[in-house]
Amino acid sequence: MGARRVARYGLLIALAMVLSYAETLIPAFFAVPGMKLGLTNLVVMIALYRMGSRDAIIINLLRIVLVSMTFGNGFSLLYSLAGGLLSGAVMLLLKRTGRFGMMAVSVAGGIAHNVGQILMAMLLLGTKQIAYYLLVLWWSGLAAGLVIGLVSYEITKRLPDSLFQ
Amino acid sequence: MGERQGTKRRKNDLILLTVVVLAGLALTAAYYASRMGGADAAELTVVVRQDGEVTATYPLAQDGSYTIVSEDGVNDLVIEDGAAWIEDADCPDQLCVKQGKIRYAGDSLICLPHSLVVEITGSDELALDGVTK
Repeated sequence: MGARRVARYGLLIALAMVLSYAETLIPAFFAVPGMKLGLTNLVVMIALYRMGSRDAIIINLLRIVLVSMTFGNGFSLLYSLAGGLLSGAVMLLLKRTGRFGMMAVSVAGGIAHNVGQILMAMLLLGTKQIAYYLLVLWWSGLAAGLVIGLVSYEITKRLPDSLFQ
Repeated sequence: MGERQGTKRRKNDLILLTVVVLAGLALTAAYYASRMGGADAAELTVVVRQDGEVTATYPLAQDGSYTIVSEDGVNDLVIEDGAAWIEDADCPDQLCVKQGKIRYAGDSLICLPHSLVVEITGSDELALDGVTK
């Protein structure tokens, strides 16, 4: 693994960690657990579109583990893994079909993230009642996916190629 | 090729977004349909679950206030006038307090830091749950 690649990983993972922290500073006016903007997904989108599938998978996994170790606890790691890995997988597969643009990929990722977290909550808390949250988290995942998709699109087309060579 | 492929992608994006919105609307409709003709408070039960285990049940019709203590922390549950809510908690995010009042079957209050779920069920559902678990 070349030094440039290591440096790029470090840069993007550091950015992901800062964005995760920044998101916790937004006052929690969201009344439902798990409802969030998913700023970190910007980093995954950039890796996916400007670097490659393998890089995106590695960065996604590392940022989940590092953010949970830094800001969270054992439980939040499980929730983050469920949401982050499912959304990462869905975005990767959709992108690789070559038939969808960044908006669709991002929206599908946003919703998949919330579905993954609900499934994990059903598993950990042992109740099906949580499925009711799917309603709220479906719409919030859609909204967050649209915002992140738009911002990712604007960012990826402006990033200089020299950054990824 | 770029432009044609771009147009096609935009079309596919629109199709995917439409499906997502329609599925969301279906979920919303199913949610409100499940509430219609709901049982009145007299038949509903407030169920407290800690780490997935039922630790307490209270009739929704009976006013009271309860302190739920676990090794993770403390939540104060209040049941009054057919509604249940978390009055106070020592968790960092206070999301369970902000979730407000619940009064319908299927509604729940969740405190993730304490692995606590407070949910309202019809009495039948609870009995069924007891059998299947």
